[in-house]
Amino acid sequence: MASLDDLKKRITSVKSTQKITKAMKMVAAAKLRKAQESAEKGRPYSDKMHNIILNLSRNINDRENAPRLLAGSGKDNVHLCVVMTSDRGLCGGFNSNITKKAKSYFKKILDSGKELKIVTVGSKGFDQLKRAYKEYIIENISFKESKNVNYFDADKVGKMIIEKFEKGEFDVCTIFFNKFKNVITQIPQEQQIIPLKSEKSDDKNDVMNYEFEPEEDEILNNLLPKNISTQIFRAMLENSASEQGSRMSAMDNATRNAGEMVEKLTIEYNRSRQAAITKELIEIISGAESL
Amino acid sequence: MSDSFNLEIVNPEKLFLSLDNVSEVVVPAFEGDMGILKDHISIISFLKPGIVKVFTGNEVKELYVEDGIIEFSENSLSILTSRIIDIKEIKKDDLSSMINEANEALKDENLDDQKRFIANQKIDVLNRLN
Repeated sequence: MASLDDLKKRITSVKSTQKITKAMKMVAAAKLRKAQESAEKGRPYSDKMHNIILNLSRNINDRENAPRLLAGSGKDNVHLCVVMTSDRGLCGGFNSNITKKAKSYFKKILDSGKELKIVTVGSKGFDQLKRAYKEYIIENISFKESKNVNYFDADKVGKMIIEKFEKGEFDVCTIFFNKFKNVITQIPQEQQIIPLKSEKSDDKNDVMNYEFEPEEDEILNNLLPKNISTQIFRAMLENSASEQGSRMSAMDNATRNAGEMVEKLTIEYNRSRQAAITKELIEIISGAESL
Repeated sequence: MSDSFNLEIVNPEKLFLSLDNVSEVVVPAFEGDMGILKDHISIISFLKPGIVKVFTGNEVKELYVEDGIIEFSENSLSILTSRIIDIKEIKKDDLSSMINEANEALKDENLDDQKRFIANQKIDVLNRLN
C-alpha cells in the first residue's frame, strides 16, 4: 500500500490535471460557439452555389463536351484524397475518426489496383497517416498561423487541387472531413468533389428555364473552380466546429474522470490515515497493559 | 410595395445582406452592366469587378464587388461573391493595397486574356473610387 505522503501527492497531481482539463473545456466551449456560428453562416453560400451549379448542369445537354471539372477526365485510375484534420490534439476521437474513414477508403482504392495520392490538411492527419502511407502523401498543408478559418486559405487549397487536376495528376478527388451535427456527434464524411456528383432529382418541375449570359459553358468554367474552393471552405468550417465540439466533450469526460479519481484516492487516503491512527492506539494500549 | 423583389447577397463567411423591398439592382455583369427589375426573366450570369447599386425606395446603396455569380428567379435575386465592401466603409489604404494587388497580378506574363481583362477592370473601378 502506498504511503500517506504518496497518496497526498497523487491527489494534488490529479487535481491540477483536472483544473487544466476544465480550463480547456471552457476555452473549447467558447471557441465552439464562434465556430458553430460561422459554420452556420457559411451554409447559405455553399447551398446557393450548389443549386446554381445543379441548375446549370441540368441545362447542359451535351455531356461529352461538358467542362472536365464537371464530367471528369473520363478515367478512374488515379485517386486524390484530401484528408482534413486539425492542427492540435487533445480532442478525443476527432482526428482518428477521420483517418480511420480515410484509411478504409485508401484500402479499397489500393485493393482495386488504382493509384493513390494523398494531400493532408492539418498536421495531425499527417502525423497519423505518415507511418502507413508515407509514400502516397504528396503534400501536407497546415494553417497553424491563421487563427480563424478563412476563405483565402480554402481558396489556396482549391487552386492547388485544380492545378493538379489540369496537369492530369489525378482523375477523382475526394475530401474527408468531420461534419458537425452537435457537440457530441460528429460524423466523418467522404465527399467526391471532382468530378462533381450531381444527384439526380426526379421531379422535372424543378427545372427552370434560365437565360444565360454568357453561355452555359463559360459560366460553368468560371463557376466550377469556385465551387471546389467553396466546398473545401465549407469542409474546413464544419471541421473546426467539430474539432471544438469534440474537444469540449473529451475534456468534459476527462474532468469527470479526474473527479472520480480524486474521490477514490481521498477515500483510500482517509482509510490508511485511520488505519495508521488505530495502529498507533493499539500500540499505546498494549504498551500500557504490559506494564 | 408591389414592384419590389427580394435580394440576398452572400459571401463565403456569411449572409452579407438580405432585403425584401428592393425596387432595382444594377449589377456589373460580365458582358456589361445590367439593371434588374421585378419580373425579370430567370437569369444566371457572372460579375466582373465593379459596383452593385441597390435601389430601395429613395435610397441607393453602392457596394464594391470583386467577382461573383448572380441568379435571378421568381423575383428573388441572389448574388454570390467572394469579396464585397460597402463603398461608404471603404478606406483609402485598402483601396491602394487592392490596386497594388491587381497591378502585381498584371505583371504575370502568362495571364490569359480574361484574367487580364478582369484585373484591368478592377484597377479602373478602384481608381474611380479613389
